[in-house]
Amino acid sequence: MTGRARGVGGSVLRPDGLAKAGGTFVYAGDLSAPGMLHARTLRSPHPRARIRRVDTAAALRIPGVAAVVTAVDVPGVATYGLIVADQPVFAATETRYAGEPVAAVAAVDAPTARRALAAVEVEYEPLPPLVDPEVAAGPGAEPLHPDGNVFREITLRHGDPDAVGPVVVEDSYLVGMQDQAFLAPEAALVVPAADGGVDMWLATQWLHSDREQIAACLGLPEELVRLELAGVGGAFGGREDVTLQVHGALLARATGTPVRIAYDRVESFLGHPHRHPARMWFRHTATEAGDLVSVHARIIMDGGAYASSSPAVIANAVTHAAGPYRVPNARLDGLVVRTNNPPCGAMRGFGVPQVTIGHEAQMDRLADRLRMDPVGLRVRNALQPGDVLPTGQVLGPPLPAREAIEAVAARPLPAALTAASPVTARPGGRGAHADLARVRRGVGYALAYKNLLFSEGFDDSSTARARLELDADGRPVATIHSACAEVGQGFVTVAGQIARTELGVDEVVLRPADTGVGSAGSTSASRQTWMSGGAVRGACVAVVDRLLARVARRLGLPPEVVEAPRRALVITGGEIVGAETGTRLTLAEALAEGPVEAEHTFHHRRTTALDAHGQGDPHVAFAAAAHRAVVDVDLDLGLVRVVSMALAQDCGTVLNPLSLRGQVEGGTAQGLGLAVMEELVTVDGVVTNPTLHDYLLPTTADVPALDFVALTYPQPDAPYGVKGVGETPTCTATAAVLAAVRAAVGRDLRRVPVRPGDLVDLADPVDPLGGAPYLGNKAAWGQPGEMERG
Amino acid sequence: MDEVQIRLRVNGLERRGRVEPRLTLADFLREHCHLTGTHLGCEHGVCGACTVLLDGAAVRACLVLAVQAEGREVTTIEGLGTPENLSPVQVAFQENHGLQCGFCTPGFVVSVTALLRDNPDPTDEEIRAGLSGNICRCTGYQGIFKAVRAAAGNTP
Ligand code: FES
Ligand code: FES
Repeated sequence: MTGRARGVGGSVLRPDGLAKAGGTFVYAGDLSAPGMLHARTLRSPHPRARIRRVDTAAALRIPGVAAVVTAVDVPGVATYGLIVADQPVFAATETRYAGEPVAAVAAVDAPTARRALAAVEVEYEPLPPLVDPEVAAGPGAEPLHPDGNVFREITLRHGDPDAVGPVVVEDSYLVGMQDQAFLAPEAALVVPAADGGVDMWLATQWLHSDREQIAACLGLPEELVRLELAGVGGAFGGREDVTLQVHGALLARATGTPVRIAYDRVESFLGHPHRHPARMWFRHTATEAGDLVSVHARIIMDGGAYASSSPAVIANAVTHAAGPYRVPNARLDGLVVRTNNPPCGAMRGFGVPQVTIGHEAQMDRLADRLRMDPVGLRVRNALQPGDVLPTGQVLGPPLPAREAIEAVAARPLPAALTAASPVTARPGGRGAHADLARVRRGVGYALAYKNLLFSEGFDDSSTARARLELDADGRPVATIHSACAEVGQGFVTVAGQIARTELGVDEVVLRPADTGVGSAGSTSASRQTWMSGGAVRGACVAVVDRLLARVARRLGLPPEVVEAPRRALVITGGEIVGAETGTRLTLAEALAEGPVEAEHTFHHRRTTALDAHGQGDPHVAFAAAAHRAVVDVDLDLGLVRVVSMALAQDCGTVLNPLSLRGQVEGGTAQGLGLAVMEELVTVDGVVTNPTLHDYLLPTTADVPALDFVALTYPQPDAPYGVKGVGETPTCTATAAVLAAVRAAVGRDLRRVPVRPGDLVDLADPVDPLGGAPYLGNKAAWGQPGEMERG
Repeated sequence: MDEVQIRLRVNGLERRGRVEPRLTLADFLREHCHLTGTHLGCEHGVCGACTVLLDGAAVRACLVLAVQAEGREVTTIEGLGTPENLSPVQVAFQENHGLQCGFCTPGFVVSVTALLRDNPDPTDEEIRAGLSGNICRCTGYQGIFKAVRAAAGNTP
């Protein structure tokens, strides 16, 4: 393909694809250095305990053990965190969740390091864990941390909080704890440097945030902590928090030796924050004609032991709780609570998948009550640009929510399951036990919108550098330097496309992402194509401006052309052409004088914080998506097979159709997983299934083809009109599958993931909430009457 | 623990090593042979990222001990093609966007290579069943299915 065909808009292939398919791409866990030590982490088995004593002497006596570090070895700040530094590097006097790091060991090989962990003596005094968020937030609950037990409470009031329509539907919903389960467990290589600092190669989502937290804990200036991104095997939010970084750096500094620190799968499950479990109560009211009058919701999320990004997740949950619908009156309350459960933080969708499960179940319930078509009810109430959101924010264009649900409803339905269908098409697949007469089909819909980029006044930016020069053979080559973490999403592809389009060159080299350039911000919140894409574009535009000015100067063109050379000169087909000035020279000629370089920092429009009533202009922009799921359910065994998924999504301008498809297919699969199989189960705060045997991930047998419709209205304030696309499909997939299962079995399903016992009467009917609406009658929310006063 | 001398062929080359009996084939390949394309996603036989060919059969290298490979022929992802000369299956994964983070890819490529060797023209259902022991968290599998269909067209 030529430079133009490999520019923006084309299905350009991944530049790292051949190395990945060939097995030569280097992931963080593949790195090694001469003389390297292997590090492992000791974790508390208790969800809550006082630590009476930690004795490392026996571990240090084991031959081959180089160092053991604990809380007393942290020279700088003892805690870290993405938003609030409330998480200890190592638990010192108290452990607050089962899996919390207590010590780390470096040894000549991994088996020796593991043996040493077993030899570290820790005397715990177990305390009764607080694992119910409503109890932990209630009056009289013992504070689990000096910062208290409530990470954040949001009380959103919009319109007339007392207004209610004549038709009322109300229910409660539960969401289990999902894990990102990226396939490559955490790993880093840390090398102590002669200048007293450390060099670190690691898999992360946000190099500069990691550096800031690591430097603070090490008590080093940030310049002495240099990070470079190693190959990242997936992230999905689970690498946004610091996990093993400080431990590895402490061991490298203690031993003066390179250290590889790595997790196995069990540790990965225990080591990073998960998606928040949620308990939600909703009351929707509407007119007889089906127009929403009000939405009241209470959302309580279990943040686990430490803050991570909980304060931002609850804001997302509350501000999106009414869904992409016109809701003139709203009372939306959110609470995210500290407990002795595993910490929860960022995962694809960031608080929105949970509330989508609730608001979409409510819309179906309302449609049922009104005897309306569920698609028609959504179409009738769907937001349009110009509408006022529950935060008071005016929705900017475009937001094709109505078009998305209409498009997905118009897709052809899959063929019925018959005796002629392959046995693998039945629920239970190769088990071949489904009796056709006992299989029921259901169709379900979900519509959602999700904010793009960071919110609530955060001054977010991304910096990139571009350089244009001649290579050894005299051909123009562009070099892009950005700290944007490529975690699989395809930024490396898009950055090259942008550089080719802006600079008119074919050859683009992407420097490794590192802290030698300004921050690119996090690879999260659907932000990198927009933010770091904007930074790369800005840097390339500046390079072109400089090059054209240089050419104009050299050709002695008038000063006004030198000042604004784009008025007279353009780069086209590898040449600089000026029709009026009669200019025509190749890029190679223009670059003969030397390279041109520029840096650009991209900012999005400013947003504002939420006020005391949850009002403001908190979100930069939104994207909408709608899914239709079709499922078959085996009524005897409660097994679900997802037969087909259709998705219509608001994508903005598409920079790479192939990458887009990969994102929406992957996002759909993760949402499907939460609907029917994925849950990290805790009992009294202890995770009982931290393996891939017991935490089920969707396989080829579970995920159907995706019938995908891209809605491509350009976003006016984004580079090329892009929108982030990675998260929105994850928000709707779960709710759509849940709706389809509900339709198939004709039961109220109020909990995800749906379990066989929820679908068939294997035992007593499952009521996960132990009685309807549970919120309002527990301590966290005061007495039931208070709910009404708002 | 007493070390054991082993001798096997890896990607056509003879390899010898002194290993602890409990060392897995995956760790032998990764740490002793520096063939890091064999990935470890779970180390308990679920994800398939460590799949290699052992005397031609697709096996999980995390569930095989290095000593069990004594005298046998192992083919890893690196043995299926070189960066300059990738196999049709490897090329198909790149060209059909059958990978994102790529961590699952070596395991899938090895599984698909064995699948297509045994069944050169699989139906969609056969592909589905044949690959259900490999987990991909990124792609939702559709790009992988496309890659398999494309590679099947390429494989005689
Ligand atoms: S690492 Fe061997 S199957 Fe997962
Ligand atoms: S591409 Fe990331 S796990 Fe498959």
